[in-house]
Amino acid sequence: MSKDMMPNFELYQPETLENLLQLLDRYGDQAWPIAGGHDSFDWFKDRAKYYPYVIDLNGIAELKGIQEDESGIVIGAMTSLTEIEENTIVNEKFSLLSQAAARVASPQIRHAGTIGGNLNQDTRCWYYRYGVDCYRAGGNTCYADTPEGQNREHCLWGASRCVAVSPSDVAPAMVVLDATMVIASSSGTREVSAEDFFIGPEVDIERMTVIEPGEILVSIKIPNTWANASFYFEKVADRNTWDFPLVNISRAMFVENGSITRIRMAAGAVQCTPRRLEVVEQVVTGSPVNEETAELAGEVAIRGAIPLNFNHFKIPLLQNLVKRALRV
Amino acid sequence: MLSRTKTSRRSFIKGVIASGAAASSTAYMFGVSGCSNQEVAIGGVERLISLNVNGVTRNVDALPNETLAMTLRYKLGLTGTKLGCDRGECGACTVLIDGVNLYACSTLTHSVRSKQITTIEGLETSDGLHPVQQAMIDELGPQCGFCTPGQIMSAVSLLNKNPNPTRDDVRRALSGNLCRCGAYDHYINAVMLAAQRGV
Repeated sequence: MSKDMMPNFELYQPETLENLLQLLDRYGDQAWPIAGGHDSFDWFKDRAKYYPYVIDLNGIAELKGIQEDESGIVIGAMTSLTEIEENTIVNEKFSLLSQAAARVASPQIRHAGTIGGNLNQDTRCWYYRYGVDCYRAGGNTCYADTPEGQNREHCLWGASRCVAVSPSDVAPAMVVLDATMVIASSSGTREVSAEDFFIGPEVDIERMTVIEPGEILVSIKIPNTWANASFYFEKVADRNTWDFPLVNISRAMFVENGSITRIRMAAGAVQCTPRRLEVVEQVVTGSPVNEETAELAGEVAIRGAIPLNFNHFKIPLLQNLVKRALRV
Repeated sequence: MLSRTKTSRRSFIKGVIASGAAASSTAYMFGVSGCSNQEVAIGGVERLISLNVNGVTRNVDALPNETLAMTLRYKLGLTGTKLGCDRGECGACTVLIDGVNLYACSTLTHSVRSKQITTIEGLETSDGLHPVQQAMIDELGPQCGFCTPGQIMSAVSLLNKNPNPTRDDVRRALSGNLCRCGAYDHYINAVMLAAQRGV
């Protein structure tokens, strides 16, 4: 088998955030930042994307690590998924996040892969990844949403020319934990809530997040709002390692005297962004934790789902995951 | 068995790799390579770098777009690290970087300049094979053997961190390494044996 190289690029390995922002400013949309690299190298090796300037973020110490303060925790964007999985503070207060991080890809990818990289990864629609000229790649057609299109992994909601889904396991957990994304550029920093960070094709079909060229996700703030809540995470995929979710579910909840006082729930891989299940939250708040509530939650969770040709199975899958998330 | 006068396929390939690497690097010995001081200050990279592989400092001419698997196999002649999918989807190229297992096919050589790289060739000491390697032989771990170097590196990484793993821990630790022969149970037996004997 021939093993060829990635096409040539100019590599930069800045050691400070300042140098990184300077480089992003200088090269704009010609620059591609890499974190763990597992998403990026596929694009380069397949010749599906080409960037003349690649910026390796691994040398920037200030983007790594987990800090606790009085309002919650701050996770550097370059913190590895393994670190999040094993961190004591995360495990004590926000075990939802460590559970979700532990289910990403394989051990080797979690060692190299970072939280920032995971949240910024591109969708896994195989037509798009193959490098065809679909809408998302700037073309004028969708190959997945056709009578023969293989769309088993694609969306139930939010189709808008593109039917690709969010592939992240930690993104729904971030939405549930009400995280804030801190984004830096040479003109300053801005903060965006996790719910607004991810964007669907109706907003911009060529990207998955609000990050513009010249900007970089530097850290994630998780407030104490949901600290020490009861958490539930489950991911269903074709294989237990490596694979992206068919559907995943994240749930945080507080229960008093047997009834739900506060709850937040989000599902991944059912639309282009993590899907916050607000209707479920409204319906079950104040209800007792029992089979009846779980049944009702499952029913309302799937309202409005529009399946494609081959992904009908995701509807009962999501329904059952929501039910399971409310039985515990 | 090959007689001593004949060159084995492996040593012939290694010879070609070594001479090729030497020829390509002489071109950079005199002249200025790559970028200016200003670029280096902001994070630009030079091509001639030193890598710490298996405890030895190796000088190598690494392209910016070169993966560690390429450098190890084709520039340093360390062919024990296998290339399967070249996509981080099989685990054959697993190596240890500062004791942690990573896919060498999805790691830029330049990003491990200041780190300790350990490949399968670096596990053996003067006392003999690494306990995981010995256990693989004793338990008949591999079938075809192609994925074995990667499996061993993942097992070593696990035992560095957790010397007394359960069978489930081993299963999870080796889950990033595919085996087309399906010898998973034998690999797990071998790692459990290595853990029992103590690494």
